[in-house]
Amino acid sequence: MQNYSFDDTYFLPLDPKKHEIAISTDDLNVYYGDNQAIFDASLQFERFKITALIGASGSGKSTYLRSLNRMNDNIASAKVTGKIMYRDLDINGSGIDTYEMRKHIGMVFQRPNPFSKSIYDNITFAPKRHGLKDKAKLDEMVETTLKEAALWDQVKDDLHQSALALSGGQQQRLCIARAIAMKPDILLLDEPASALDPISTSTVEETLIRLREHYTIIIVTHNMQQAARISDYTAFFHLGHVLEFNTTKEIFTTPKVKATDDYVSGHFG
Amino acid sequence: MNAKRSDKIATGVLYAMSGIIVLILALLLFYILANGLPHISWHFLTAPAQSFEKGGGIGVQLFNSFYLLILSMVISTPISIWAGIYLSEYAKPNRLTNIIRTSIEILSSLPSVVVGLFGFLVFAVQAGFGFSILSGALALTVFNLPLLTRNVEDSLRSVAFTQREAGLALGLSRWETVIHVILPEALPGIITGMILSAGRVFGEAAALIYTAGQSAPTLDFTNWNPFYIASPLNPMRPAETLAVHIWKINSEGIIPDAAAVSAGASAVLIIAVLLFNILARLIGNKVYKRLTGV
Repeated sequence: MQNYSFDDTYFLPLDPKKHEIAISTDDLNVYYGDNQAIFDASLQFERFKITALIGASGSGKSTYLRSLNRMNDNIASAKVTGKIMYRDLDINGSGIDTYEMRKHIGMVFQRPNPFSKSIYDNITFAPKRHGLKDKAKLDEMVETTLKEAALWDQVKDDLHQSALALSGGQQQRLCIARAIAMKPDILLLDEPASALDPISTSTVEETLIRLREHYTIIIVTHNMQQAARISDYTAFFHLGHVLEFNTTKEIFTTPKVKATDDYVSGHFG
Repeated sequence: MNAKRSDKIATGVLYAMSGIIVLILALLLFYILANGLPHISWHFLTAPAQSFEKGGGIGVQLFNSFYLLILSMVISTPISIWAGIYLSEYAKPNRLTNIIRTSIEILSSLPSVVVGLFGFLVFAVQAGFGFSILSGALALTVFNLPLLTRNVEDSLRSVAFTQREAGLALGLSRWETVIHVILPEALPGIITGMILSAGRVFGEAAALIYTAGQSAPTLDFTNWNPFYIASPLNPMRPAETLAVHIWKINSEGIIPDAAAVSAGASAVLIIAVLLFNILARLIGNKVYKRLTGV
């Protein structure tokens, strides 16, 4: 891999009048101890669109994603500076109730991580903790979220079976259903299909494309075909720097930055 | 020597070593049960012990053992769960945490006779509890707490980190995640550890000789008022347990059938400990199935 200049960048400006911005970051820096993992990342994410974050391993795309709902707070050595603007509020500020914020910004992880509870309880557990007690509403929520996640037909007769008995792809779709049961604005997905087989992967992708109608989706992916298939915008990460942000079509056909060009055409990564 | 051959030799040695362990255990069990079982009868299990004549039983001692066990578990279980949660979920990796962990490790390797003498000094003499079930239960707690805490911490730690992230990402607090997601998943391991340690406590003698005492006053099983001096539930009465009884009749027993009583009591003790172990497996598996539905 050759050295690319971190100054050779391109960011497609999104006109706020035409594009509603759901969340954006302003000079976001992430440090793990003395190591800086993300350098001045400024990105905007349009509402009801899918934005893919691509880049080689170690480029910082997952670190960046995990900063958006402050999952890095749990790592003692991690420090995140800069602004994360959500609804005119800097959610990286110190006065933010991160638990409340995470109800609005949901997350699905790389490895399916259903609770060792029943399918039904996996979905209803968090809403119940947040105060929803009405059985009829909970039942309805289970049905709609499972339908949205394209899992309902396969599990509707075994809702009280353990989620751990599901296949990996089904578990991941359950995790998506569980995340959208919170009715978040934004859904963060950290390589959600990387541990799945091709058929499960394509089901998850179809699910995401359908979810775009109601959710702003930011997805980290290793798989460039996946980014090309499902996303509207793509941001390219390289060694902790965002080098290019553009529509997915432009990124994959006429990238403006040399590093992006080399990465999407498979020269490194 | 080629790889296949050396593997065969290693396998053989491993088999032999495990075989030796199983053999020792089997012989021991067989010997104790063969000697003891003939003396076990309903009378033996329920009658009070005799001081000078033959024909005494172990009824009071058996009851004392269980009562002491329950009391010490009631004291140590909540403490160990809170401490285990703190160490596994909340403690930051710093010097204080290291000191706590080291202390727990040292405490868990204290010889039980030292714990017994410490208990005698602190609970029986200084605190004024005398030779009593309470002193004994507190000494057993000191003896048991480090291992229980360690067990809770390890069980919690073995739950995947991704489960904690799953809870937090749904807007649950760390506390909610620990109590409703992590703890239930760790529960089978915690319960198994509790029951196994119950078995150890049940057979403990050295920590109790100077705390719960070596005498077993006759109990009035018709009066369960804990403030009545002969009540089985009175925590301030001296209470010789089964293990202490075995030690005592072997060292200073003057009953004519001391050997028989000792053999019978040993068999009862070992059967109880075995039952605790089997129970630990059954309950652990059952709870796991119940909680996960797998």
